[in-house]
Amino acid sequence: MSAVAAVREHRQFLGRTSFIEMGARERARAILDAGSFRELLGPFDRLKSPWLPLQGIVAQSDDGVVLARGTLDGRPALVAAIESIYQGGSMGEVSGAKIAGALELALRDCEQGKPVLPVLLLETGGVRLQEANLGLAVIAEIHAAIVALRRHVPVIGVISGMVGCFGGMSLAAALCSRLIVTRQARLGMNGPEVIEQEAGIAELDASDRALVWSLIGGEQRYAVGLVDELLEDDAVAIAASVRTAFAQGLPRQERSAQVDLYLERLAAIDPQRPLDGPGLRALWHGAARS
Amino acid sequence: MSTQTELSARGITWLRALTAQDGVLQGTPATVRVAEAALGDEPASFIAVVPDPHNRFPRARNGEVGLEEGWALARQVRKIIAAGKDGARRPIIALVDVSSQAYGRREELLGVHLACAAAADAYASARLAGHPVIALLVGKAMSGAFLAHGYQANRLLALDSPEVMVHAMGKQAAARVTRRSVADLEKLGERIAPMAYDIRAYAKLGLLHQLIEGVDADAPGTADVQRVREALLAAIADTRSGARDLSSRLASPEAHATRAASIEVRRRLAEQWDAA
Amino acid sequence: MERIELDYPARHAVPRRVHVGVVGSGDLEVLLEPSPDQRAHVLVNTSVDGFGVVWKSVLDRFFERFGGAASIEINDFGATPGTVMLRLEQAAEAVRA
Repeated sequence: MSAVAAVREHRQFLGRTSFIEMGARERARAILDAGSFRELLGPFDRLKSPWLPLQGIVAQSDDGVVLARGTLDGRPALVAAIESIYQGGSMGEVSGAKIAGALELALRDCEQGKPVLPVLLLETGGVRLQEANLGLAVIAEIHAAIVALRRHVPVIGVISGMVGCFGGMSLAAALCSRLIVTRQARLGMNGPEVIEQEAGIAELDASDRALVWSLIGGEQRYAVGLVDELLEDDAVAIAASVRTAFAQGLPRQERSAQVDLYLERLAAIDPQRPLDGPGLRALWHGAARS
Repeated sequence: MSTQTELSARGITWLRALTAQDGVLQGTPATVRVAEAALGDEPASFIAVVPDPHNRFPRARNGEVGLEEGWALARQVRKIIAAGKDGARRPIIALVDVSSQAYGRREELLGVHLACAAAADAYASARLAGHPVIALLVGKAMSGAFLAHGYQANRLLALDSPEVMVHAMGKQAAARVTRRSVADLEKLGERIAPMAYDIRAYAKLGLLHQLIEGVDADAPGTADVQRVREALLAAIADTRSGARDLSSRLASPEAHATRAASIEVRRRLAEQWDAA
Repeated sequence: MERIELDYPARHAVPRRVHVGVVGSGDLEVLLEPSPDQRAHVLVNTSVDGFGVVWKSVLDRFFERFGGAASIEINDFGATPGTVMLRLEQAAEAVRA
């Protein structure tokens, strides 16, 4: 790299506003058109978890989900942003119901001919274990709402990091029409720690960060076509990419409906032979995306 | 480390009991079984995920939903949707006995989250297309595996049996992750309904359409099977007269008691949805 | 988990409500809004038991200067007194802004 280019890159770096360092509320605000942010069920509505205090855990006043209505290029939109710092972004009864309920209302509006553009900012370990079965139940409701809503408008998911998106919410991400990630993002069903614990350290050493990212990191997911956009940690770029994703309209076939493609791909995999991130990139290179 | 567990036969037992078939399909993993049989006076499709100690993906040999299971479920359910396009939307019965999603490095790399989402997508799409989708819980309904196979159903039915359980994480694993003993976890479940594992506690959450009592879940006799058929038929009829979404899960008296917050969130959200 | 309630006299009304912070490790959230009477009311929910005296001294110090007739709810996840004061100042700043 020339000295001039290096300086330019450094300036760009300094000029960038980190999305990852923002809280959920700021993230939602950063996605929506300037001045259009209107929060629903905010902190002063005090819809807290009824289950955490029973277990001696202090509850947050918004249960870790920020819902905001506003506009994207002037069109009505909904952003649901998960606060990863509170309880690891886990889905409890209230936080999950906020997302499911908002998507259900967006669906109602779509059915009445008033499209609402839905954006999910997914930073979550999945079910909140202290609310176990109610977390699982509401995640199923989120899945149901995404599948129903997706028939009207694209549902756009963003995973920026650093928590990533895991558990039942990784299915929610996979159901999104388009997924935007950064290099810091991870997307997987079982967290590395859980795999190490359940299948042994020989299966996966969760402390090996390079290995973990080579399997489920944003760059890898992008390279094999499991997500649609790979961006730097830049709030402006992410907000622009969300708008582009909506401008592209509904995908010809949702990724979670590409049954023949993925069954064919799996049939070509020999589970007896080792496979790593680069190996899969070679197999699935130029992943077909309609 | 994972422990060697006895493979559950509940899925195949109930598939045989309700269809008199094994449901093995050419070109489909032996873990995913599909059989068509009469239910009342119409044909219905029954789908089970069963263990296979020889599954070519080693992490999905104990009744887990893994990569091929997720995608194969998606293919089978979508076939049923395609077949019903111009005619009757036949009922789809998911027989649920799934121990967990497959835990493995290879599974993550190859996108087991997408495979499970594909199955959930297919079931939800069938429901939205007007197929009555009923989940019958005959054994474990665990975590991501249940999300993939069963949790998108219009109605959830369960056998009242100690081995029938629903949870977000297996008991041993949840104990390790939350640094509690299994005994402590069980005690917590007695006090806090959503933390419990057993199906009677789950029934208190109001998500179940019916808990079917007095049935031998391991060795069902003729009367047991008849009873379950009647419950399925009643659930199908209820589905056809209702909405195609999951709103019925918030309608029961149990839901009003235990999931009051879920209802309150939706009520207040609707009030605030449109700017004043 | 412990619940602490404290009351303070106030010198002036607060014009708006303000929310700052997050219930994350070593942090807390503060919800500050106009109180229904001419006094200030504080409710602390904290994950750490046995620090009532420390809470009182931090809040005493804050209200010496603040003086607003506010209802304040604090949801604390083990913040240090320094962080508590920082968040309170942040909320007070935002009220004045």
